[in-house]
Amino acid sequence: MNKIGLIIGREYFTRVKKKSFFLTTILVPLVIVGFYAGIIAIIAKGSTDKQSIAVIDEANLFNGKVDSADKAISFTLIQNETENDFIKKYKEKGYNAFLYIPAINIDSPKNFRLHTQSSSSLSTTSSLEDIINKAIQNKRLVAKGIDPKKYEQIAANVQLKNINDSKKDASGNSVAAAYIVSYACGILIYMMMIIYGTQVMRGVTEEKTNRIAEVIVSSVKPFQLMMGKILGIGAVGLTQFAIWIILMGTMNLALPLIFPGMFNQMTETANGVGDASKTAEILAGIASLPLLKIAISFLFYFLGGYLTYASLFAAIGSVVSEDQQEAQQLVFPVLMPIILGFVIMTKAVNDPNSSLAVFGSLFPLTSPVVMMGRVTYDIPTWQLLTSAVLLIGCFLLLTWMTGKIYRTGILMYGKKPSWKEMIKWGFRKS
Amino acid sequence: MNILELHNLKKYFATQKAVDDISFNIEEGGIFGLLGPNGAGKTTLLRMITGIFYPDSGEIILNGKKFDALNDAFNIGYMPEERGLYKKMKIGEQALYLARLKGMSRADAMASIKKWFVKFEMETWWNKKVEDLSKGMSQKLQFVTTVLHQPKLIILDEPFSGLDPVNANLIKDEIFNLAKNGSTIIFSTHRMEQVEEICDHIVLVNKGTKILDGTVHKIKQDFKENVYQLGANILPEHLMTHIFEVVKHRPDRILLKLNDDTRPNDVLKYFINQNVAINSFNELLPSLNDIFIKLVEGTTAARQFQNVN
Repeated sequence: MNKIGLIIGREYFTRVKKKSFFLTTILVPLVIVGFYAGIIAIIAKGSTDKQSIAVIDEANLFNGKVDSADKAISFTLIQNETENDFIKKYKEKGYNAFLYIPAINIDSPKNFRLHTQSSSSLSTTSSLEDIINKAIQNKRLVAKGIDPKKYEQIAANVQLKNINDSKKDASGNSVAAAYIVSYACGILIYMMMIIYGTQVMRGVTEEKTNRIAEVIVSSVKPFQLMMGKILGIGAVGLTQFAIWIILMGTMNLALPLIFPGMFNQMTETANGVGDASKTAEILAGIASLPLLKIAISFLFYFLGGYLTYASLFAAIGSVVSEDQQEAQQLVFPVLMPIILGFVIMTKAVNDPNSSLAVFGSLFPLTSPVVMMGRVTYDIPTWQLLTSAVLLIGCFLLLTWMTGKIYRTGILMYGKKPSWKEMIKWGFRKS
Repeated sequence: MNILELHNLKKYFATQKAVDDISFNIEEGGIFGLLGPNGAGKTTLLRMITGIFYPDSGEIILNGKKFDALNDAFNIGYMPEERGLYKKMKIGEQALYLARLKGMSRADAMASIKKWFVKFEMETWWNKKVEDLSKGMSQKLQFVTTVLHQPKLIILDEPFSGLDPVNANLIKDEIFNLAKNGSTIIFSTHRMEQVEEICDHIVLVNKGTKILDGTVHKIKQDFKENVYQLGANILPEHLMTHIFEVVKHRPDRILLKLNDDTRPNDVLKYFINQNVAINSFNELLPSLNDIFIKLVEGTTAARQFQNVN
């Protein structure tokens, strides 16, 4: 019917034309990208910050010269100073830290001390430990009559790559990628359901307290007004997603062009720190995920979850008056299953086949969030189908009931009805 | 021809018989007054006529056919007592939206809006928002949005509340105009002086039931009490008679209640015989206000909660 189209159009365009829509739509990706840029900048900056460390080598471990594998740390050997005297001086002389190596027995090295003004970072400590271990190892090799260079040739350094053969999309990196994508999708659906659901509720309450509802339901059925509002706001949500995806895509392409140095720096840093090279692997892993399946599931569960909850939010909006506290009280029971879904989702991304995760992804009030936490993993098709059917059924049932609560509530003023009364309205015939 | 017929309408709520078996007919082209004290059931009745509520039982016939809320929306314009407009929406867009919801095409709606905005000097409002309007201004806008689609039946619930006399007259003139051009107007109020001025036919409801139904003229005739006003300088010694009783005696005029078998001519003859100089003589009809109070008085002022079933 074209009247419901008019309502959808109004709900959609009044929201999309608002400045706040423009701002949140543009700003959110900017904030996310800025956040990543900030992290990269911090990592990059941390590596360029040169540390200079003074060393008193009473054991003559380094034979007068310290080899540093880490370019960020430079060493200076200090002669003719005792530990206690130099503690007072190293800061003035421009050293960040001061490493004291006592005269030691090569077979039981101990009592190494690193003096700093603030606690030293884990990476500094571990690279210092590496340097000392290497030096001691070399001394021991020499003592045993082995040439350290020869030893290096002999020593093996194997890196193990994990390949999971149980899945069609087997890839060593897809587990980490699946984890990240699942989590992100789950959180996004969770947030969208709450944000847009609340918008529906506020819109309905506004129409009720403005008394415009009475004018409009003399032209259209209350159910059309409710569905028009829900669909219009849902379309706003989809528009926002579409803009975000396009923005993110262009930014991913554009960023390396704008900051050509950044990507190199990132890979360099990654190599230096070691663990961060996983970022690149995860990016490769994401590409190996079943992206089409994820996109379709995301769309379906966003719409299903949004529609199911939006009708509940609309019913609540229709029974409260201006008093925000009333709304809070009624909203709480509706928010509970959404939050429960979120909690189950955080468990499900770690253990997608646990019974709790399976239950959560079938139960229609939690399934939109929980299923998104599982869908990147290989889950049985019957579960996906059952979950989808249950969600659609739940949506139809709830809309049918809330439509009747809405119809009564939107024209009732004064006292807030009790849950008992609302349920009675919901089950009433015609 | 009757544009609207109500047959035995009933609507019960949990603790109220809001409308309890009301029937009446409204002729096409007139201005019809629906009167009643607060809580009499007027708004519930109007909501059934506009299709917002379904009656529990009874029948509504619009234009000779059974009323169908969806398809008859175009034939009805309803201005509820509590005004309602979107506060943040631009006025022009809002008027267009409401007109199109009634079923007008975009072009027709625009033409009609232009016409009415010019008539009410609202052309500069188009890009303003409702929250920028004063109460009286938004009242005018609400009236315009009610009649934009040229409905056959226009229902106005307290249309003048909050309007200054100039704007009230503007809308009153438009109501007369609309009636002259063939629309039927249902006018719901508890302000009796407006009803007397505007309405041809009235129905009075109280406590969910109809207690009075008829033209204003006929109702006044029905409720008249044989009271006449005589403009003359009358001394007490002129009043020694049994043909009337004195209701009120002022230096320049007197109110008389005639006895049952006395005719006005008898009174005039009596005073002429007494050599009284008569300036004026006319019958005093009761005001609707008096009739209203008389009918409603004695019943409890507030509706009591009752158990329905």
